[in-house]
Amino acid sequence: MPDAAATWSGEDVAPGDVEEALRHLLQEQYARDGAHAPARVLNLVVVIDREWRGEVMNRLEQVGRYHASRTILCTVEPRRETIDASVLMTVDGDGARDDVALMRERVVLTVGEKHLPKLDTIVDPLVVTDLQTLVWSPHGHPEAVDALLHLAQVVLVDSVNEPDAAAALRRAKELSDDAYVVDLAWLRSTPWRERVAATFDPPRLRDDLLRIDSVTIRHHPTSRAAGVLFFGWLSSRLGWRPGTLMEANGASRGTAHGPRDDIALTLEPESEQAVPGLAGVEIHTSSGTSISLDRGPGGLVACRRDRKGKEQRWTVLGASRGEGGILGEGIRQALLRDPTYAGALGCGEALLR
Amino acid sequence: MAVVEEKHQQDNPLVEGLERRPVHPTTMVIFGGTGDLAHRKLLPAIYNLAHEGALPERFNLIAVSRSEMSDDEFRKGARDSIKQYSRREPDEQVLEKMLEQVRYVSGTFDDDSVFDRLEEDLDQFDRDAEITFNRIFYLSTAPSFFGLIVEKLGEHGLGKHEDAEVRVVIEKPFGTRESEAKALNRQVLKVLKESQVYRIDHYLGKETVQNVLAFRFANGMFEPIWNRNFIDYVQITAAEDMGIGRRAEYYDSSGALRDLVQNHMLQLLTLLCMEPPVTFDADEVRDEKVKVLHAVAPPSEDEVVRARFTAGMAEGKEAVGYLDEEGVPDDSTTETYVALRLEVDNWRWAGVPIYLRTGKRLARKVTEIAVTLKPVPHLAFKAEGSVGVQPNQLILTVQPNEGVSLSLGAKIPGSQMRIRPVNMEFLYGTSFLSQSPEAYERLIMDAMRGDPTLFTRNDEVEAQWRIIDPILESWEKGKNPVAEYAAGTQGPKEADSILMPGHRWRAI
Repeated sequence: MPDAAATWSGEDVAPGDVEEALRHLLQEQYARDGAHAPARVLNLVVVIDREWRGEVMNRLEQVGRYHASRTILCTVEPRRETIDASVLMTVDGDGARDDVALMRERVVLTVGEKHLPKLDTIVDPLVVTDLQTLVWSPHGHPEAVDALLHLAQVVLVDSVNEPDAAAALRRAKELSDDAYVVDLAWLRSTPWRERVAATFDPPRLRDDLLRIDSVTIRHHPTSRAAGVLFFGWLSSRLGWRPGTLMEANGASRGTAHGPRDDIALTLEPESEQAVPGLAGVEIHTSSGTSISLDRGPGGLVACRRDRKGKEQRWTVLGASRGEGGILGEGIRQALLRDPTYAGALGCGEALLR
Repeated sequence: MAVVEEKHQQDNPLVEGLERRPVHPTTMVIFGGTGDLAHRKLLPAIYNLAHEGALPERFNLIAVSRSEMSDDEFRKGARDSIKQYSRREPDEQVLEKMLEQVRYVSGTFDDDSVFDRLEEDLDQFDRDAEITFNRIFYLSTAPSFFGLIVEKLGEHGLGKHEDAEVRVVIEKPFGTRESEAKALNRQVLKVLKESQVYRIDHYLGKETVQNVLAFRFANGMFEPIWNRNFIDYVQITAAEDMGIGRRAEYYDSSGALRDLVQNHMLQLLTLLCMEPPVTFDADEVRDEKVKVLHAVAPPSEDEVVRARFTAGMAEGKEAVGYLDEEGVPDDSTTETYVALRLEVDNWRWAGVPIYLRTGKRLARKVTEIAVTLKPVPHLAFKAEGSVGVQPNQLILTVQPNEGVSLSLGAKIPGSQMRIRPVNMEFLYGTSFLSQSPEAYERLIMDAMRGDPTLFTRNDEVEAQWRIIDPILESWEKGKNPVAEYAAGTQGPKEADSILMPGHRWRAI
């Protein structure tokens, strides 16, 4: 809970009114306590359906220290003609001696669907100039995202939210032509990618990368896109030419063409997994060795099998970040650049053609 | 395709884009595993790395200490400490799994059987996993054991490990005199190569300290003025409002000069004054730091002031004097405050006084570097009716509020041209989304990764002592009598005596 807050609200307002309110609240806060400093690092523009406002705000609360400095929530009501707005300026910490209390600003706009194609003209006066602006529209509204693209440097998507994985990856690719895309589906697989990279990191095992002959990925039933992105990552990093994944009996199977051999790819939904993302990864090599990773208590359970079938099992330590943590990581990634996502996305999209 | 095959042989294509690069499986051994530092800092730091998934894929820990206890008893103590001191609430499952890989070896550090049992445990971890773990020996013991432990490691063949790396992290203080530091270096380097030795100064693990480098070398606007032509003087302050707490035994044998100046403050000085390194490779950075230390002559007697606090008011409460602190001998001559004037005698800095001061029980807790620029050569405005034009000051605050502040002259609103200084402030905390990790987390990971950039090299530590040693020698001869200052104040008035004409101490 914030320790101090200042608010303003208005009905049927113009963006200029909101911008003025922001300035006044800032001056008031300074007058109250000069130690209150505005956090100036990132604008976050969120476009959501009115009925999901509470849930999305709860998710944003859970991102903890990764809060954007200015969050502009555009809640959409289908037939609304006018714009209502409220501003909340909160201060973290109690401003104790030697402490700087960070202020964060949240603007909630209630807009109609008719406003969405021109949402940029409403949001533009409200973003802090010269800061990175991140746009997140978890309930679709592609017209709003398109309108905001020229204001934004980064777009946050979650490819597992789209029922059709091919459409999700296609959309991410389109967006990446104009902005840097942070995909939560990609971020959920970071620990898995780190562990697979670590497995093949010892120089004596590096040649095994050329001997991979099959990869099986199990995933939450809604997270097919995450599995495809993982295949896309392996393909783009290892120089595999992706074939097409075909669906049969609930699973998807396909082939990628490697520098030496073809690699069999299998994607299986795991109905018992409760959270979005990957459930397990299994990689086999033509020399008869294999490595698998599965979720387990306290981290990922790794299992290495040698060519004689002897197994080694251990836990790779790490706590689950939870969905709040993933969203927080997504916001943090807005300031970073991962050069490998685009390649993974390109190969992933090719697998679903 | 041939290109891809060749690339696989050279490097791991899967690590591209990952924020955390793979670290070779590691077994870490903490000598002094039941000590205060291990329980308050090291174990919580290791837990936090585990929580974040930052530890190597496979990680084991062995604690070595004198107390008799079983593995389970040590694990219980470790669990309690992690719960008490971790910066985040531990996840039970992660903690449980981490503690499964923890062993305890009891005994004194001069006992060969301790090293036999340690070797057995280390080899057992390798055999069980069928891999050769890297080994990190962390010396978190009293300094008198550092040389002995390294010697024993050598005698037991633990200074190297086929197909894996062995590194030894040595806590501060690295010696209490130049001769001791040199002897310890000789002793350590008989067993280990310099590249295996990681002398820790946790100050360098702080994001705030590393930001001094970012500030200097990522911002072109300051480089043209960063020299004797524009800078009048520099003040580096490390002030604490606290007393010595329960650290009388350590502090009375150390004093402010050894406790803070020899290591932390000289580190700040080198970061401030070093030339831009060609790359941020460990040796490139450390070469530049050592060059600065070589250019600093030990201060003469009249360039040093030492003092201790007497009774006074601190934090609104009455505070006893140093000699009345619990555990301090009545005849102690230990300084709780020291101020000195140094000069970096090189092309860039010659003639610029660099003042260092540190003390306990001062008015406020603050660590900062204040760079005062030379005044403007000609003033067209009248000074009457205002405080006038002051030289610009650039303040790099390391703690508690990390930031940069620049004082500028500005016109006071009104019909006359009257000037007063205003501060333009920037606070790092307002501009980054993530919290800084604890210094020990960063440094433990660097040691496991084999990156010694933020650790002190042998010649660096010796160069630090070369500056400090003559001061200690002169004090032993009774020079620089111990002055006094009341607790909760700005320090002794005698400190003014080392200032050059026109210079003044910044208010703490």
